[in-house]
Amino acid sequence: MRVMALVKRILRQLVRDKRTIGLLIFAPILVLTMLYFVFNGNDYIPKIGLVDVPELLVNQIDTEGAQVTTFATETEAKNKLAIQELDGYLKIEGNTPTIVLEGSDPSVTGATMKWLQNALPNPSQMEESNLNIGYLHGSSDMGQFDYFGPVLLGFFVFFFVFLIAGVSFLRERTTGTLERLLASPLRKWEIVAGYVIGFGLFTMIQSTIITAYAIYVLDMVMEGAFFYVLLIILMLALTALTLGILLSSFAHNELQMMQFIPIVVVPQVFFSGLFNLETVAEWLSWIGVLTPLYYAAEALRDVMVRGYGWNDIYPNLLVLAGFCLLFISINIMVLRKYRKI
Amino acid sequence: MKESEVCVSIKNVSKSFGKHQVLKDINLDINEGEIFGLLGPSGAGKTTLVKELAGLDEPSKGENYLFHEKMPSLNLIKRIGYMAQSDALYEELSAKENLQFFSELYGLKGQKQAQRIEEVMELVKLSGDITKLVSNYSGGMKRRLSLAIALLHEPELLILDEPTVGIDPVLRKSIWKAFSDLKAQGKTLIVTTHVMDEADKCDRLGLIRDGKLIAVGTPEELKKQTNSVTIEEAFLVFGGVER
Repeated sequence: MRVMALVKRILRQLVRDKRTIGLLIFAPILVLTMLYFVFNGNDYIPKIGLVDVPELLVNQIDTEGAQVTTFATETEAKNKLAIQELDGYLKIEGNTPTIVLEGSDPSVTGATMKWLQNALPNPSQMEESNLNIGYLHGSSDMGQFDYFGPVLLGFFVFFFVFLIAGVSFLRERTTGTLERLLASPLRKWEIVAGYVIGFGLFTMIQSTIITAYAIYVLDMVMEGAFFYVLLIILMLALTALTLGILLSSFAHNELQMMQFIPIVVVPQVFFSGLFNLETVAEWLSWIGVLTPLYYAAEALRDVMVRGYGWNDIYPNLLVLAGFCLLFISINIMVLRKYRKI
Repeated sequence: MKESEVCVSIKNVSKSFGKHQVLKDINLDINEGEIFGLLGPSGAGKTTLVKELAGLDEPSKGENYLFHEKMPSLNLIKRIGYMAQSDALYEELSAKENLQFFSELYGLKGQKQAQRIEEVMELVKLSGDITKLVSNYSGGMKRRLSLAIALLHEPELLILDEPTVGIDPVLRKSIWKAFSDLKAQGKTLIVTTHVMDEADKCDRLGLIRDGKLIAVGTPEELKKQTNSVTIEEAFLVFGGVER
């Protein structure tokens, strides 16, 4: 069969190209590993100064989880703050405590505030020991990596498949082999089908390796079934593949293909749920529903974090399949430029 | 020559890309079993005309008929062997893998495929280099491999766009010998060239300049009509440059 000839050739080319295989498999693994260490590092220990705080109060402060220094004058503390040896200091003016923060790094500020709120004795607050916290999903030891992980997993698969598929189809065009294919009895849909199956097979292997690594080695949270994760990643990869092929028709060389990254790939990150979408400006929020990564990230989180099954993820999968079909049909139409029949 | 069937018929064909007119009202019949040379400088419109015959493009006006059927048609494409001006080869693959891939596109399998691959590689004198990666091939070798691929499925009509560019004179001679052999088997060949001395080896010639077909005839006829010794001189006369 002609499509299989194409599939065989694409796989053969990929196997010959060790660097590209390395990029497709090891680059996502490397980046995910780095992110793991960045997000799952130790908690930040804030450096706090106490200025002229009464002895009685100092004894009441729970100094655990922070580096506490006492200062006699405020100027002294201020100077330390200016050279960033202190993240914030506390002073008591009259009866009201005042906190001054360095404030240039929001995450440091947050950590400092959190510590101060817990450390300061506050009689009006409910005693924490009486408060029972329950979780619908996740747990108290779920870190940021677990929440971002599924989205990042999807993003890297999308990014690398988009790039590699786009560039290989571009090469097919610039070296004249596409024209040669069209001078043979190969039909236009057979060319697109060959690419989808060929790269699809490879992506299946790639996705399995990367997903297994993220879940079993990096211990990414995984409440649902591995199979569903694979299915979502595969659908996303096919979307990336068909979109990459489509956009390669509008590029004249590899550099122009790269130029699509900031326009097509990067914006998807912002709307994929890596950042809370409810805080995005209203007039921009419509972009989210146009990006394939949005649906994949939603489905991945449903399975990996919330442990949902088929009934909850299939609408998102259908949308991804819709994107694929749309891109495939536009691809076939674009090929008409080269041969009318 | 006169009695033979018309194989390719180009009728009132014009082609424009935007405002730029590449082909201007071309009428031409090419007979079965002849080697027809399209001669003209680069940019004259040879490649555009040949692409239309291979089904890769359509005329803006007029029609092209192959074997009395209108182009483009998928049925006709199977009967054509096309060799483009650029070597459309997969450099990461070996010559054999390239040949296998293209023969599968034409439905050649198993023993028949192996036999055809051997035959065409013998013809272009590349049998010894069949397992080499194409990226290690020289320009001339790539050209010959492209030719071999065009011959794989035993097409009745061969459309060759500048087939001998970058090939040394000895091999060029053997390739033209191969063309005559193919002709003897009853195949029709359309060859574009801008090398005037190759033109003498064609049965008939079409001279193209600025998208216009300025003359058609056997090399002898063309020379006689213009009182020239070489095709180059004849071309100049037809082009209205000299006299």
